[in-house]
Amino acid sequence: MASAHHDEHPTGLSRWLFTTNHKDIGTLYLLFALLMFFVGGAMALVIRAELFQPGLQIVDPHFFNQMTTMHALIMIFGVVMPAFVGFANWQLPMMIGAPDMALPRMNNWSFWILPFAFTLLLSSLFAPGGGPAAGWTLYAPLSVREGMAVDFTILSIHMMGISSVLGAINIIATVLNMRAPGMNLMKMPLFVWTWLITAFLLIAVMPVLAGAVTMLLTDRHFGTHFFDAAGGGDPVMYQHIFWFFGHPEVYILILPAFGLVSQIIPTFARKPLFGYDSMVYATASIAFLSFIVWAHHMFTVGMPTAGELFFMYATMLIAVPTGVKVFNWVATMWRGSMSFETPMLFAVAFVFLFTIGGLSGLMLAIVPADFQYHDTYFVVAHFHYVLVTGAILAIMGGAYYWLPKWTGHMYNETLGKWHFWLTVIGMNVTFFPQHFLGLAGMPRRIPDYALQFTEFNQWSTIGAFLLGFSQILLVIVVVQTIRGGKKAANKVWEGAEGLEWTLSSPPPYHSFATAPKIK
Amino acid sequence: MSIVKPRRVWQSRAMVAGLAGVPLMLSSGLALAAYGLNLQPPVTPTAWDILGLHNLIMIVCLVIFVVVFSFMFYSVFAHRKSRGAKPAKFHESTTVEILWTAIPFLILVTMAIPSTRVLLKMDDTETDAELVVKITGYQWKWQYEYLDHDLSYFSNLSTPRDQIENKAEKGEHYLLEVDNPLVLPVGKKVRFLLTANDVIHAWWVPQLGVKKDAIPGFINEMWTRIDEPGTYRGQCAELCGKDHGFMPIVVEAVSDDEFNKWVNVRKTEMVAAAAAADKQWTKAELIARGEKVYQQCVACHGAAGLGVPGVFPALKGGAIATGPVAGHIDIVVKGKPGTAMQAFGAQMNDADLAAVITYERNAFGNNTGDVVQPSDVKARR
Repeated sequence: MASAHHDEHPTGLSRWLFTTNHKDIGTLYLLFALLMFFVGGAMALVIRAELFQPGLQIVDPHFFNQMTTMHALIMIFGVVMPAFVGFANWQLPMMIGAPDMALPRMNNWSFWILPFAFTLLLSSLFAPGGGPAAGWTLYAPLSVREGMAVDFTILSIHMMGISSVLGAINIIATVLNMRAPGMNLMKMPLFVWTWLITAFLLIAVMPVLAGAVTMLLTDRHFGTHFFDAAGGGDPVMYQHIFWFFGHPEVYILILPAFGLVSQIIPTFARKPLFGYDSMVYATASIAFLSFIVWAHHMFTVGMPTAGELFFMYATMLIAVPTGVKVFNWVATMWRGSMSFETPMLFAVAFVFLFTIGGLSGLMLAIVPADFQYHDTYFVVAHFHYVLVTGAILAIMGGAYYWLPKWTGHMYNETLGKWHFWLTVIGMNVTFFPQHFLGLAGMPRRIPDYALQFTEFNQWSTIGAFLLGFSQILLVIVVVQTIRGGKKAANKVWEGAEGLEWTLSSPPPYHSFATAPKIK
Repeated sequence: MSIVKPRRVWQSRAMVAGLAGVPLMLSSGLALAAYGLNLQPPVTPTAWDILGLHNLIMIVCLVIFVVVFSFMFYSVFAHRKSRGAKPAKFHESTTVEILWTAIPFLILVTMAIPSTRVLLKMDDTETDAELVVKITGYQWKWQYEYLDHDLSYFSNLSTPRDQIENKAEKGEHYLLEVDNPLVLPVGKKVRFLLTANDVIHAWWVPQLGVKKDAIPGFINEMWTRIDEPGTYRGQCAELCGKDHGFMPIVVEAVSDDEFNKWVNVRKTEMVAAAAAADKQWTKAELIARGEKVYQQCVACHGAAGLGVPGVFPALKGGAIATGPVAGHIDIVVKGKPGTAMQAFGAQMNDADLAAVITYERNAFGNNTGDVVQPSDVKARR
């Protein structure tokens, strides 16, 4: 009787509301990320439209600050993180030979918190005084003095944090307990490894963020003075706590991308990953170092020289394991037999463009030089190179890579390539000129600027609109592929290795009902 | 005068300037005149040091980038399936992996040494300061206090609203111009003490190579020594609320003589301003002066006194601007703690305060007819 009930799949809305199936939940996460990608993207276009020329044209400075704040919160917590969790849900059980995630009901809950969290966050735009405008970092005391939108934001950050921690617990439980017999840790695909490490980072730092914003809340309403010097507190302490979360967070946003690219490149190079072990160790080293470099985000607050030196050296060290990764990807491609289907194009572009962001990150680590770069468009260019031409490119590559497996249909390769080229050109036209703007002296988070910054801002705006509107192609490709198309084989790609390719396309409802044998 | 110490080769100015050309040449054939592609020209030893470091790291990064990606792109073109490439079987090589861990590490060490040296020099704020200036960040202006000269004043954006709202042609120094610049003597080590009144700001002048946060309740310090007379412009670099983009910094570097003359002129002006407070003003005089002073209030309360609903209250028909005079004087003089409304009593003289209050009570259709004299303000301080 239990088994009869087990096979009953609700349809319509209740299928999605009550689902405990890893594939359905993965789909929900990915579609949610796609929706938020357009919401956050629209805000970016408001920012870029205002910055097309000097003077105030479209929005007032207060609304401009709301846009920069919301754009960042949505892109980080609403796009990149949910997209990675979506990939994890779909792929981890299939890659380790499990039927589903370890904790399916919690899985449902961790997704369904998100739409409510983001409704709350977005609704703050209609609160008196508008949305949060203190920047996504919510630095005290600015955030303490703002309107009720900050309270909305704090509550929604709590909800996002709970969702992320639940998701991370689920991933750790799944990876550590549900691997097929014979798949020891050092046989796991790299995507599984990077997610396992990311999940530990999430559990370690999301509660820290929750603590920081709770202190903000009590400073705002309950008479505490954690961040108020007049009451014995310290505004800089907020920054220390925030970035103790914030730096591991940026690796939460990139490690799964490393994993995706490490799956895609060997497939299309038809050659195994050059150094599997060193990739695993490099990922773990990056994760460890992420906990001891946080203050490089705040070199200008006036730290003791010894502190500045420590954080400079520790930050520079991250270049070593990151370099190992890039060298590994290049060595994997070396003397392979490469073909360049859309996922591979995204992966190669990732390696090339992410490295630009990595190298500008190294420049930012150099304290004296950072005094010139800090809080300028150079920083904006840097983190968009690692997050947009890094994380977002990897997510898109991953989507093209596994879409045929998930839907059972091949996507339209011509449209996919168009999407790739327009996206990559748009990204570079948007973000490359921002390096020069920063060096020339343009601060970030300003709605209007001096005349000498005009030309590069115009380039950047044109690129942003190209980038934004090209994403309509992504929607078209995804919708087309879900609805039909050429039947995909079980092993979609000639060079693909791994358990997911032994399943049918689309895979059965309970991925591996019996555990596969690992050689 | 201080002696310029001999620098290492990479730090010499000719070398720095020469190196600066390399990234420029590499970064496409854009018209260099119209596009600033590198850091602004330095005018202090610190800014020179930073430019040298920046160019050094930039070049190292570019070389690494070009080398690594020549391998990748060669591979992308040569090792294609469509060209009949057969996949090699190799993977894992301890030698290669040790090399590509050790070599980057050594490169990092060579970067860290000059960076450390420059940082130690920058952080030496204690020794030999010849002038101390205290800088206080306010939403959204700067206060400069010359502690040795008993002189203090505010520095506001002077770009007219019409230019910002695209109703007038924008001037050459659009958004980078102020009413009262910071005046500093050249060739002297100036020590800055930084703090803020409300939220965190950051004081940054790129050509001086100085940037540091101004934090309420704490004092930060840094120093500079400007080599060449001139006007150097910068901006607040830490998001500080609505008009973060509208609080520029202008530094006038002048000779020692001119600096001393300037100090005397400023002091005479302050005495004259104090004297003005004692005379009786006509309503027309007060309103004319008040309209000018009100430019400092426009950022929040708006040119038409409408404020920003839910954020900054309107003055048009507002409870305070049309209520009792005493309450109006109190809020302007003492501010409202926990909000952006500052205690302007510390920032303006009695004449300016009286003028702006009179203006607010008679502008925007408020027409209360009230006249507030400087003596009324003085009485409520």
